[in-house]
Amino acid sequence: MNTETLPGLYLHIPFCRSKCAYCGFYSRTDLSRIPDFLKGLRAEMTLYRAAFPRIDTVYLGGGTPSVLEAPHLEAILDALQRQFVIADGAEITVELNPGDLKAKALRTLRALGVNRITLGCQSFDDAVLAFLGRRHTARQGRDAILAARAAGFDHLGLDLIYGLPDPGGEAGAAFRGWLETLRTALSFHPEHLSCYQLTLESGTPLAATLARSPLSLPDDDLSARYFLTTSERLEAAGYRHYEVSNYACDDDHRARHNRKYWDHTPYLGLGPAAHSFDGTRRWWNPRDLDAWIGSLREGARPIAGEEMLTRDQLRLEALFLGLRTREGIDTVAFRRRYGLDLRAERGGEIRQLAAAGLVRSDGDRVSPTRRGLACADFLARLLS
Amino acid sequence: MNRIRNFSIIAHIDHGKSTLADRLIQITGVVDARNFQDQILDNMDIERERGITIKSQAIALPYRAADGRDYTLNLIDTPGHVDFTYEVSRSLASCEGVLLLVDAAQGVQAQTLANLYLALENDLAIIPVINKIDLPSADIERVKEQIDAELGLDPETAILCSAKEGTGIEAILEAIVRQIPPPVGDPEAPLAALIFDAKYDAFRGTVIHCRLFAGALKAGDIIRFHYNDATYRVEEVGRFRLQREKTDTLRAGEVGYIIAGVKTVSDVRTGDTITHENRPCAAPLPGFKEIKPVVFASIYPIASDDYEDLAVSLEKYKLNDGSFVYEKDSSAALGQGFRCGFLGLLHLDVVQERLEREYDLSIILSVPSVRYRFTLKDGASVWVDNPMHYPDPVSIVKSEEPYIRADMMLPDRYLGAVMKLCMEKRGVNSQMNYLSPGRVELTYEMPLSEVIYDFYDRFKSVTQGYGSFDYDLIDYRESNLVLLDILVNGEKVDALSQIVHRDRARARGVQACDRLKDEIPRQMFKIAIQGAIGGEIVSRSTISAFRKDVTAKCYGGDITRKRKLLEKQKKGKKRMKMIGNVSIPQSAFLAVLKSDTD
Repeated sequence: MNTETLPGLYLHIPFCRSKCAYCGFYSRTDLSRIPDFLKGLRAEMTLYRAAFPRIDTVYLGGGTPSVLEAPHLEAILDALQRQFVIADGAEITVELNPGDLKAKALRTLRALGVNRITLGCQSFDDAVLAFLGRRHTARQGRDAILAARAAGFDHLGLDLIYGLPDPGGEAGAAFRGWLETLRTALSFHPEHLSCYQLTLESGTPLAATLARSPLSLPDDDLSARYFLTTSERLEAAGYRHYEVSNYACDDDHRARHNRKYWDHTPYLGLGPAAHSFDGTRRWWNPRDLDAWIGSLREGARPIAGEEMLTRDQLRLEALFLGLRTREGIDTVAFRRRYGLDLRAERGGEIRQLAAAGLVRSDGDRVSPTRRGLACADFLARLLS
Repeated sequence: MNRIRNFSIIAHIDHGKSTLADRLIQITGVVDARNFQDQILDNMDIERERGITIKSQAIALPYRAADGRDYTLNLIDTPGHVDFTYEVSRSLASCEGVLLLVDAAQGVQAQTLANLYLALENDLAIIPVINKIDLPSADIERVKEQIDAELGLDPETAILCSAKEGTGIEAILEAIVRQIPPPVGDPEAPLAALIFDAKYDAFRGTVIHCRLFAGALKAGDIIRFHYNDATYRVEEVGRFRLQREKTDTLRAGEVGYIIAGVKTVSDVRTGDTITHENRPCAAPLPGFKEIKPVVFASIYPIASDDYEDLAVSLEKYKLNDGSFVYEKDSSAALGQGFRCGFLGLLHLDVVQERLEREYDLSIILSVPSVRYRFTLKDGASVWVDNPMHYPDPVSIVKSEEPYIRADMMLPDRYLGAVMKLCMEKRGVNSQMNYLSPGRVELTYEMPLSEVIYDFYDRFKSVTQGYGSFDYDLIDYRESNLVLLDILVNGEKVDALSQIVHRDRARARGVQACDRLKDEIPRQMFKIAIQGAIGGEIVSRSTISAFRKDVTAKCYGGDITRKRKLLEKQKKGKKRMKMIGNVSIPQSAFLAVLKSDTD
C-alpha cells in the first residue's frame, strides 16, 4: 500500500484520427467535435471540483490526446489548474501517438507542466504495426522517442504489444520479432515500459478478422513464455516488474496515477466513458460523446451507471488488484481495511501457492512471484 | 357396457403415438382448438422435449359413431421405452384392443414387434395403422408387406393416416368402435380392478388409475390391495376427461380413478388387484410382477450444503415414481449422497434431469452399475450393486453378472457392424432370422452391464438410426470381474469406480482417463489421472499445469467488469468438487458416463 492518498484525475480524450484494429476504448474520428468536447470538459470540472478539491496525479488518455492541437491542450491544463488544487510535485502524464508528434507540441506540453509522457509505440516492426492498424511506422516511433528526449522529458514510458499471430504461420517468428522490439525499446533506456499481451476485445475489427482467419493467438504455454521471457529480459536490464504488464527503471518511476487504481485510492474520471471512484462508490460516464455533452448542457453530472460497493466487493477487488502487483498484499493492512485475515482464513491456500512457487509469503506480506503474476487471476480466484 | 371401448396405442418410439393421441382428443371435442397444446398427454416437460412418454395417461373420448350411437372410447396411453415394458403390459391388460402404429417411412421396428407380442399375450384386437403417409419418404406398399410378413397381420385392414395432417382419423375412430370388442364383466360379481398406474396429487394423495374387470366401486367402500393386504376407504371415484371427473360409481368394464387416502405412489404396485375388503374376488387378476430396479447409481450434491435439499427433492420425486428406490450412501471422495435404483438408463436420465431442472440442484452421478452376485470362500453369497461394496478379491470364489436377451431389427447392410459391436459387448449365442429380403432380426445374449454402458447409443450410431432394439433380463452367468478404480493425483474417486469384466478393464480405464483429461481444467500443478485394478495401474493420463491466467490491463474502467467476472466464476466454483487438491467440474463426472458417439 502506498501513502499517496490524494485522488488522481483521469481525462478521457475521445478522439482518434483512425481506429486501431484491436482497440476497444471509446473514441470517435470526427475531430470537428473537439470544441464541443472542450466546453463539456470545463463544465464537468466545475461539477466535481468540490468533491475532489486536491489531486496529485493527472492522466490524459484516450483515445489519442495527441490529436489535440497545442492550444487545446493548453486550454485543458489551464482549466485544470484553475478548478483543482494540483499538489506540488504532482505526476502529470499525457499519452502520445508517435504519428502525431511535433517538436513544438512537445515543448508546449513541457512548458505546461506535463512531466511524464507515454508513447504508444506498440512495436518497432512495420508489419506488426500494419497488422494492428496503427497509423505510424517503426521509424516514426524511434523519432518520437528522440524528439521527446530532445524536448527534455526525463520520465518517458513506452507502450508495447506482444502475442500476435505468427505471420504466414511461420512458427516462432512473432516471438523472435517481439524480442527484437524489446531490444530496440531498451536501447532508448525508457524510464517506464508497459508490455501488454494482445487481447481480443469483442466487437473490434481484429476480433472479426481473426474469427475468419486461420491465424491464431498464442496458447497458454506460449503466452506464458512471452510473459516470463519479457519479465526475465527486462529485469536483467535493471527494470522492476511491478505490475502484471508494467515495468519501471526504479521504484520512483512507477506510474503513480495507475497505482491508485490498484490500491483503492479515489480517482475522478472526466470525459465520455471515464470511470470514477470515491472509496466506496464507482460511477461511469456515458460511452457516447453526445449523451455526455447533453447531460452537461443541462448542468447534470453525466453519469451512465454507478454501484455502491459492499465490503465483500471491496475485499474481492482489493484481492485481485493487489495480487496484480509485485508488492502483493499486506495482510495486516488488508485485515484492518477489508475485515478478512488472509493468514488465518486462507492459510492453506497460501501455503499451497507458496509450495507451487506462485507466491512468496514472508512477514505480513503475500506477494506474487514472477510465475505468480502470470496467473494473478487464478491467485485471486483461489484466495477469494 | 356395449358403448365402451378400452384401447391403447402402441408403437416404436417416434412413430407418432402422441401426435395421434392429440388428434383423437381434438377431433372428439374433449378440448377445443383454442386450448389445444401439442401432445397433451405428455404433460411433463421432459416428456414433451424428448417425445417420450414415461408415465401412462388415460382419457375418455366421447364419440358419436356412424351408427348414430354415442360411445365412450377410453384411451390408455403407454410409456414408450424399453425400460418400461412391464408398465406397458399392464396398460395393455386394461384394454380390449390396440392401435398398432407403424411409421410409413421407417416401417416395422423392434419395439413394434415387442409391443405386438405384448398385445397378443393379452388377447387384444389389433388394428394396424400406417402413420405419416404425408412424408415424401413414405413407402406404404413396403410397410404393408412388412405388416404381412413380419407381424402376421392382414395388411388390407391397415388404416392409412397422417396424424400430423389429421387424415384418416375418422376411419380410426370407426375401426375402434367396430373392431375392438366391448368390455365384458359382471358388475354384480366381487370387485376385481387392475391398477395400471398411479399419480401423486399434492392435495389428494395418490390417484390410482385402474380398470374394473368385475364388480362396482363407489365412494365409502373399503378396498383391499391384494399385494400387501392394505385396506383403505374410498374417498372418490371418477373417470378421466382432460381433468379428473368425479362419478358416483365405477362399474365392470370401465376405466377410471380411485382416491382412497393412499399416501404415496410407492404404496401402490402397478399390476396389483384391488378388491372389496368384505367381499373379495376369488383370485387376483393375472400378470402381476413385482418390478425391481436393474441399474444403480449414487447421486451426490456438488455442494455439500445442498445435501438436505437433495434429500427433500428425492422424497418429493419418489412420491410420483413408485419404481424409483433410494437409500443413504456416502463416499469418501464426494461426501453424503444417495444410492438409487432405476429401471434402466433412460429412467436414470429422467430422474437426473428432473432433479436438476425442477429442483434446481447440481448433482454428480456415480458410474451406473448392475447388481452382481459373488460367492465367497465361506460359502456366503452376496449381492453387490455398488462398487464401493466390492468384496475383498481374495475372498471371492465365483462372480456372476446378469445377462439379457437383446432383440434387434435392422437392415442387413448393417449386420456386420452390429455383430462386431455385439461381440465387443461380449454377446453370445447369436441367432439371426431374415424377416423379409434385406431385413434381419438378430438376437444376442449379452451382459446387462455392457448394455447399460453405451450399447444403445452405439447401436443407433452404427445402424444410422435404422436399427431398433429391445431387451429382456434372462439369467445370471459366471464372469471374470474386477474392480476398476480411478485415481486423481493418487486420490481414489470412489464415484468413478466400476465393476468390469477383466478383458474390458484396460479399455474402460483408458477411456475414463482420456475423458477426465479433456474435462478437468488445467490447474496450478500437474495432475496425474490413473486407472487401477488393485495395485496395478492399467491406464494413465496427465494434465499439465497452466502457466498463464491473467488479463493484460486493469485500470480504472476495467475494475468493475473484472470483479463481476470473478463473482461469476466464484459461483461456478460451486459446480466443482474438490478431490484432494484438484477441483473437478461436474462435467468431468458426466463425461466418464457418456458414450463414444456423443
